[in-house]
Amino acid sequence: MGKLDKFVQVGRVAFIANGADSGKVCAIAEIVDQNRVLIDGPCTGVRRQVCDMKRLHLTGFHLPLPHSSRTAVVRRKWLAAKLDERWTGTSWAKKLEARRLRASMTDFDRFKCARAKQIRNRIVSVAMGSLRKTSSPKLRKPNKKRHLRKA
Amino acid sequence: MAPKAQKKPQGKQMAKSSAPHKPKNSAINASRLMKYSRARIFQRKAAYKVKKVKTPAKKSAEKAAAAAFVVKKIGGDKNGGERKVYKKTPKSLPTQVASRKVQLRPKKTFKKHVRRIRSNLAPGAVLILLAGRHKGKRVVLLKQLESGLLLVTGPRKLNGCPLRRVSQRYVIGTKTRIDISKVALPERLNDAYFRRQRSAKKSAASAGGSADIFAKSDAAYAVSAERREDQAAVDKALMGAIKASGDGPMLRSYLRSLFSIKSGQRPHAMVF
Repeated sequence: MGKLDKFVQVGRVAFIANGADSGKVCAIAEIVDQNRVLIDGPCTGVRRQVCDMKRLHLTGFHLPLPHSSRTAVVRRKWLAAKLDERWTGTSWAKKLEARRLRASMTDFDRFKCARAKQIRNRIVSVAMGSLRKTSSPKLRKPNKKRHLRKA
Repeated sequence: MAPKAQKKPQGKQMAKSSAPHKPKNSAINASRLMKYSRARIFQRKAAYKVKKVKTPAKKSAEKAAAAAFVVKKIGGDKNGGERKVYKKTPKSLPTQVASRKVQLRPKKTFKKHVRRIRSNLAPGAVLILLAGRHKGKRVVLLKQLESGLLLVTGPRKLNGCPLRRVSQRYVIGTKTRIDISKVALPERLNDAYFRRQRSAKKSAASAGGSADIFAKSDAAYAVSAERREDQAAVDKALMGAIKASGDGPMLRSYLRSLFSIKSGQRPHAMVF
């Protein structure tokens, strides 16, 4: 159980995890009941709608929204808070983007990626090897297990 | 009612139009239900005006029919005195006239079958071969042949795959494209060119069954001069096209490498 610092509150920015709008962020405009909230994401293309809490993942962002604000108000507050840039700057959003890019790699992209990794690893291992040679004998001793695996 | 000024084209001959004939009837759905019934079409075409001409072909057919018989006299009373005897007994002597069912959609021979191609397979696409002796190789698609098979080449210099036919079914089409608009394919590259050559002796044996069954099978396949020539020409042009494309050196190593599924990769979830 993590920190209970993200509350289901009016103005809380939430990430929609599944459904037609999955992958988008929106703001909570009103709370309907224990399980449902009214969400609105005018700047991210999410229509004003009632959404089940099970579909939402709460983010760390919060907008100073009065409850039951209409879409225009939500838009104004969103833009003022520069939420689009702040969201894309989070590691959460960056990881999502990385996952999306990896999934959309073509066969040629995968080949280029593997080749680039290979080149990098060779540079690293060559540098490591030369370091090991110049270092003290104690440090030079390679890991026994690794040595056995090589054989 | 005032009479209309009729402008009849006087002395206009019923000249044979060189323009393509526009059909008077047309289908209104996929199962060929026609817009006009047979009776209506008869009216529209004014077929009642057309006099039926007995074609000469029919006459010759009748003559041929008559010539198939020999009229022989027979003895006996009250039995006609004559019989028509076949000169050559026909293969079948049907007792009932076979009803000629009108084939609305006649069976199409294999040659006439529609050849389809997957939308992601376009000339210049890089394909991954999944079966055969070149499986795992990444090759370049040149074109689709008349039979529907795909004509591919390694290029042979890069991965050893020659100019070859390959079925769509055993191929993954990747999104990688090479611009081969400048690559001129020799005219003679068609299905007949790639057809497997069987030795005459062997084919006679299978037909007649009188050849020596212990006869040596024909010599190992030898590459013909024209194959070498075509391969060299196509490869040269293709290597040029690869060089000219954005990722030249990477593309070359890509085509040289083999495809395989690694651990954790799920082909159905992968983009090729």
